[in-house]
Amino acid sequence: MDLSMLWYLVPSVIMFAAGVYGFVTRKNMIALLISLELMLNSADLNFVVFNRYLFPDMMEGMVFTLFAIAIAAAETAVAIAIIVNIYRAVGNTDINSVKKMKY
Amino acid sequence: MDITLPILILALPFTMFLILGIGGVKMSRKLAGVLGICANGALLVMAYTVAFTYFFSGNPEFIVDGIRQQVQLYDVTWLAFTERLVVNIGFLLDPISAMMLIVITTISFMVHLYSWGYMEHEPGFQRYYAFLSLFTFSMLGLVVATNIFQMYIFWELVGVSSYLLIGFFYKLPSAVSASKKAFIVTRFADLFMLIGILVLSYYVAETPADGPLGGASAFNFLMLNSNPTNVLASTVGSTFLGGSVLTWAMILIFVGGMGKSAMMPLHIWLPDAMEGPTPVSALIHAATMVVAGVYLVARFFPLYLIVPDSLVFITVVGAITAFYAAVVACCQIDIKRILAFSTISQIAFMMVSLGVARPELHDGLGYMASMFHLFTHAMFKALLFLGAGALIHAVHSNNYTEMGGMRKYMPITHWTFLIGCLAIAGIFPFSGFWSKDEMLSAMYANNWIWGAWMTMVAGLTAFYMFRMYFRVFWWEENPHYKEHRPHDAPWQMSLPLIILATISVFAGFIPFGEFVTWNRAPYHIHIEMQVAITSIVVALIAIAFAGWLYLKKNDKPARMKAAFPGLWQAANRRFYWDEMYMFVTHKIIFNGICRAIAWFDRHIIDGTMNGLAAMTQFFSVKIKGMQNGSVQTYVLWYFFGALLLAAITWICLL
Repeated sequence: MDLSMLWYLVPSVIMFAAGVYGFVTRKNMIALLISLELMLNSADLNFVVFNRYLFPDMMEGMVFTLFAIAIAAAETAVAIAIIVNIYRAVGNTDINSVKKMKY
Repeated sequence: MDITLPILILALPFTMFLILGIGGVKMSRKLAGVLGICANGALLVMAYTVAFTYFFSGNPEFIVDGIRQQVQLYDVTWLAFTERLVVNIGFLLDPISAMMLIVITTISFMVHLYSWGYMEHEPGFQRYYAFLSLFTFSMLGLVVATNIFQMYIFWELVGVSSYLLIGFFYKLPSAVSASKKAFIVTRFADLFMLIGILVLSYYVAETPADGPLGGASAFNFLMLNSNPTNVLASTVGSTFLGGSVLTWAMILIFVGGMGKSAMMPLHIWLPDAMEGPTPVSALIHAATMVVAGVYLVARFFPLYLIVPDSLVFITVVGAITAFYAAVVACCQIDIKRILAFSTISQIAFMMVSLGVARPELHDGLGYMASMFHLFTHAMFKALLFLGAGALIHAVHSNNYTEMGGMRKYMPITHWTFLIGCLAIAGIFPFSGFWSKDEMLSAMYANNWIWGAWMTMVAGLTAFYMFRMYFRVFWWEENPHYKEHRPHDAPWQMSLPLIILATISVFAGFIPFGEFVTWNRAPYHIHIEMQVAITSIVVALIAIAFAGWLYLKKNDKPARMKAAFPGLWQAANRRFYWDEMYMFVTHKIIFNGICRAIAWFDRHIIDGTMNGLAAMTQFFSVKIKGMQNGSVQTYVLWYFFGALLLAAITWICLL
């Protein structure tokens, strides 16, 4: 069976929408981080799919995806570190407890 | 001539100003005073050397076939705005500038020496000497100017130093307001002078640059004065309000001179300027700065000769001012005010004399007489002011009511003051007689009305001077003298008095016509017996009248005052000129014009700016709730924004 691009893009949209929804509604910062990763991954997926279907003899999309995965890993490490520090300072990981960011 | 001395003449006082002005706070009074006096002594020697070399050396550079030359010792480009508009700074040596070099440095040195005694206990002694140096510098720069611009620059500098020195006692409100008044009034007059210069320069600029006169330095006095009709050829035919443009330009330039020389109606600042220290009044407001207006007219004299209408204007202004000031001087109580009005009157005398001068009348005698009187007046008026300073120093009051019978206590001051009074009254053989006689001859030669009018003013002069003299030195001893015995001033103050008195006695015998005339050719002074006898008789009658009134204490002056209360009051209040100015400025200008402008500024200009600020504030208050620190709200806004952008892009792409 010959899969069309849609088979990949629809799950990607679902992943992105779930990420946005999770980022806006969840209160736990770890959950926020997970939602963020979901959005990132959906974008990565798009890169790969468009590269594969539209420009099959090029590699840029793949390379970018690899970059994005590496950077996402680093960013996750930083985010986890920040969350740990916030937890030490405030005593929980509720996103509403860091409203002081507006200053 | 070597240019070292001329450069030093300008550089030395300016350097002294910088040294005393910047380093004065670190110096002791004695050091500052000695420095100032020594520098000024050196300046005196240098200026005398230059002036005497000019007059007596007979060098063909300075005198050719008996005609004295105008020499530019140096003239360097200072500002070159365009090819045609170039401002030079230089040193012009001609009879009047050489004569002014002598006058300025002599009086300045006397005042420096005198101030050492007079200002001894005043705070700010070093600052005072710095300002004196600044004034000397600017006045010298003014008289040696080679072009209109240099003259204008130094003209303003002179005004600034006058302002600084009048306001020297800056803790006295009266001194502060007097200095402001002097500055504003003279500055107001200078505005007209600037307009006059601009009008003149506009037409001078029309002269062809490649012509024999050259375009670039047409402001130069040499070029203007050597061939004025050619330089100003382009003004012929241009008229404005019925007068030729050149007449207007020359009258406007003269208005600047009216401001500096305190001619009516711009005289109001000079009496108030007496709030400054007395030596300053002697230097600036009697001998040098206030005659700058006369000097200005003399400097532009060849131009004034082209338009005799402007000379008539000068004559009329001078004649009215002379009479007005003489009448007011008869009713003042403050001795410095009397001298101030006397100065106004005497300067007006010089103006009239310049105004009546015509080449065809006695070879332009009026010009020579005016410069002669400028010279002698500077000497005896400085003497009188310094004498008044000695009196004030002894009595600690400016009013003659606190004085009387001083001749026993202050013999030096008494005799020198008497010489000054005799000189200004024009009694033979004191210097004032010779110069006043020449002026009166010139006036009679022009029109007997001017001669008769000014003879009357000369009589008034003799009256008010001797009124003051008798009232201060005779009359009746003030009983306070028993407690505070007044005495002659220290030698620093007495020495200048004696020197100036000697000059005032003998200066009349200088054959002035050999040195300074309008066409720089020698003129042999001869006394016109008719004029001389008339003026001496008038002066003697006036002196006798003053003596009859004031020699011994009596009630005749009080009875006269009671007989004409309105006249006395009006003259004492200077015929209400100050009140008129107050009315015009406060009631008409402030209320009518300034208020409207202030309203516009406050409501329209400020209103626009305030409105913008209020709008910004209003909106920022409204939207500041959006920044609440909740990351999730931000993300939501961001998301909607991204959607909106995507929608817009999509619509556009369709």
